[in-house]
Amino acid sequence: MVEDRPWLNRLTHLVLILGVLIVAFPVYVALIASTHPATAFSTGVIPLWPGDQMWENYSLMMGSGLSTAGAPPLAGMILNSLIMALVIATGKIAISVTSAFAIVYFRFRFRQLAFWAIFVTLMLPVEVRIVPTFKVVADLGMLNSYAGLTVPLIASATATFLFRQVFLTIPDELTEAARIDGAGPMKFFRDILLPLSQTNIAALFVILFIYGWNQYLWPLLITTDASYYTVVASIKRLAQAVDSVPQWNLVMAAVILAMLPPVLVVVGMQRLFVKGLVETEK
Amino acid sequence: MASITLDRVGKTYPGGGQAVTDVSIRIADGEFLVLVGPSGCGKSTLLRMVAGLETISTGTVAIGDRVVNTVEPADRDIAMVFQNYALYPHMTVRQNLAYGLKNRGTPAAEIARRVDEAAAILEIGAFLDRKPRALSGGQRQRVAMGRAIVREPAAFLFDEPLSNLDAKLRLSMRGEIRLLQKRLGTTAIYVTHDQLEAMTLADRLVVLNGGRIEQIGTPMEVYRRPATTFVAAFIGSPAMNLIPAQIADGALTVGGVRVQLPLPSGLDGPVTLGVRPEDLQPRRNGGDGHLTLDVSYVEDLGAQRLVHGRIGGHAMVCTLPAGHAVQDRLFLHADADALHLFDVQGGRRLT
Ligand SMILES: Nc1ncnc2c1ncn2[C@@H]1O[C@H](COP(=O)(O)OP(=O)(O)OP(=O)(O)O)[C@@H](O)[C@H]1O
Ligand SMILES: [Mg+2]
Repeated sequence: MVEDRPWLNRLTHLVLILGVLIVAFPVYVALIASTHPATAFSTGVIPLWPGDQMWENYSLMMGSGLSTAGAPPLAGMILNSLIMALVIATGKIAISVTSAFAIVYFRFRFRQLAFWAIFVTLMLPVEVRIVPTFKVVADLGMLNSYAGLTVPLIASATATFLFRQVFLTIPDELTEAARIDGAGPMKFFRDILLPLSQTNIAALFVILFIYGWNQYLWPLLITTDASYYTVVASIKRLAQAVDSVPQWNLVMAAVILAMLPPVLVVVGMQRLFVKGLVETEK
Repeated sequence: MASITLDRVGKTYPGGGQAVTDVSIRIADGEFLVLVGPSGCGKSTLLRMVAGLETISTGTVAIGDRVVNTVEPADRDIAMVFQNYALYPHMTVRQNLAYGLKNRGTPAAEIARRVDEAAAILEIGAFLDRKPRALSGGQRQRVAMGRAIVREPAAFLFDEPLSNLDAKLRLSMRGEIRLLQKRLGTTAIYVTHDQLEAMTLADRLVVLNGGRIEQIGTPMEVYRRPATTFVAAFIGSPAMNLIPAQIADGALTVGGVRVQLPLPSGLDGPVTLGVRPEDLQPRRNGGDGHLTLDVSYVEDLGAQRLVHGRIGGHAMVCTLPAGHAVQDRLFLHADADALHLFDVQGGRRLT
C-alpha cells in the first residue's frame, strides 16, 4: 500500500496477526500434545503448556513405531515419503519442461494434438482415474513398490503450461542469437532455457514436493507391505488403535514429524520460490 | 571477409503477403551497405534471409562463392546485432562474448585472447564480469557489438541496433560503428528506417519500398539523383518539394512561371517537379524564371530557417540561412541541375 495511515497499518497488522494465530494454534496444540505422557489426555482436557515427555515420545515413534496400530517406525516411513515426493517432483518437472520445450520450439505434425492431449491430463487427477490406474499398476506387478507409488502420479504434464508460459516470455531474438552462436536445440535447452527457468523450476519443485508428500489416497490403496508405508497415509492408522483409546501424544508426535520436511523445503527454498512466482524480467 | 550476392531474392510469408520481391544486390568485400525504407518495407526480412533466420522463398543468397540458401545461421560465418541486443541475461558479459566461440570448439586460450581484444576495442573491459541487467543501454549495445566482433565473421548484420538509444548516444555510437567497420574491413549490412543514419553510415544505400528496391547507390548519388519520387521524398531532410508542373513546347511551367531547363526531347504534358528546400535560393526581385512563394509560416532551427509557403496553390518548403529576413512573399530561384523531373504516373525520374 502506498498510503501511510497509522490506524490503517495497525488494522492490517491486527488482521494478519489474527490470521497467523488461527492457523498456528492447532499446530501449537499438536506440538504441546506430543510432549506429554499418554495419561495427560485421560482427563479430557488438552494441556496448553509443554510436558516433559518430548524426547521419549519422539524417539519411540522414530525408532520402534506403534505396534498396537500396526505402524512401523516413523524413520522408515519418512524415508519412503521423501523418496516418493522427490521422485514425483523431479519426474514431473523433467516431463513438463521437456514437453513444453517441444511444444514451444518445434514445429512437428500433430503439435496441436499433443498440446491438447497434455491439456486433457489436467482434467484427470489420480482420484478420477484411480480404479483403472490401480488395475494397470496391479497388472504390472507394481503394488508395494516405489515405482507403483510414484509413476502413476508423475504421469501428467500439468506443469507443462507453466513452462510454456515461461518459454513464451523469452524473446525470439534470444533464440535467434543462440542459433547464430551455433547452439543446437539441445544446447539451447541446456545453456539458455534451463538457466532462465531456474527460479520457476524451484517454485514448482516446492509445490510438487508438497503435492507428493501429502499424497494420501494412492499410497493407502497400493501399499499393504508396511515397509512401503508413507507418513501421511499412516497417520490415520495410528489414530485407529483397535483395542484402546488413541495415544494422542504419539499421534501428535507423528503429525509434527510429518509436517517437518515440507516446512524445511519451503523455508530452504523460500528465496527462490518467491522469486519464481513474482519475477517477470527476462 | 567476403562479398555477399543476392540474386532475385523473394520472400512470401505463409499466410502473409509478399514481403520481399525480386531483390538483386552485389555487396563488395568490406563494403558497408545500408538498407533503408519505411516501416514494413521488408528490410528486416531481407536481412534475416541473409542471416538464415528466415527461409528464402525464391532466388539465391551467396556469401563469398558459397550459396547459403540451406545453410544453418551458425555456419554462414555471419554475426548479427539485434535491436534489443538479445544478450543472454543469465551469463556474464564475458560468457556472452565467449558463447559462440565455445560452441564452435575454439580453444580456451584463443577465446580469452579474442574476448580481451574485443573488450579493449569497445572499452567494456571494466564490466566483463557483470550480468547484462547491470549495464546501461549503451553498454549493452557495446556488448552486443563485442559478441559480433569476437566471432571474426565474414559479415556483420545489424538490425536497427541504435534505435533503443537516446539521440546523443545514437550519434556517437553511429560514428563508432562506422570506424570499427572500416578498421576491421568486414562487410556489413545495416538496416535502419532513419535516413540520416543511412546517409552517414553507408558506402552504398539501398532504398526499399514495399519489398522492392527503389534505388541503389552511394548516399550522394541517391541524394543528388533520386530515381523515383519515393526516394526523393524519403532521403533528405526536410523532404524534397514535389509539385505538379507542365511541359509544353519544350518549356516547363510551374505555378504559372516558365522555368528555364534544358529538357530532354520528347517530353510533353504534366510532370512532377522536384526541388530540394536547400537548393532554393532567395532573390531580391521577382525576375524571369523566378518562383514566387506565398509565405505561410517560418520555423527557426537555429542554424537555418525553414520557410513554409505555397506556390501556385502547392505546398513548398525552403531553407534559408539564419537571420535571413522573410516577408509575406519570397522570390526563389533554383539552378537547372537542382531541378528533378519525374513521371506523374510511375514516379520515375525523367531527366
Ligand atoms: N513472420 C511473419 N509472418 C507474416 N508476415 C510477416 C512476418 N514478418 C514480417 N511480415 C510482414 O512482412 C513485411 C515486412 O516486414 P519487415 O519486418 O521486414 O519490415 P521492416 O522493414 O523491418 O519494418 P520495421 O522498420 O518496422 O522493422 C511486413 O508487411 C510484415 O507485416
Ligand atoms: Mg524491422
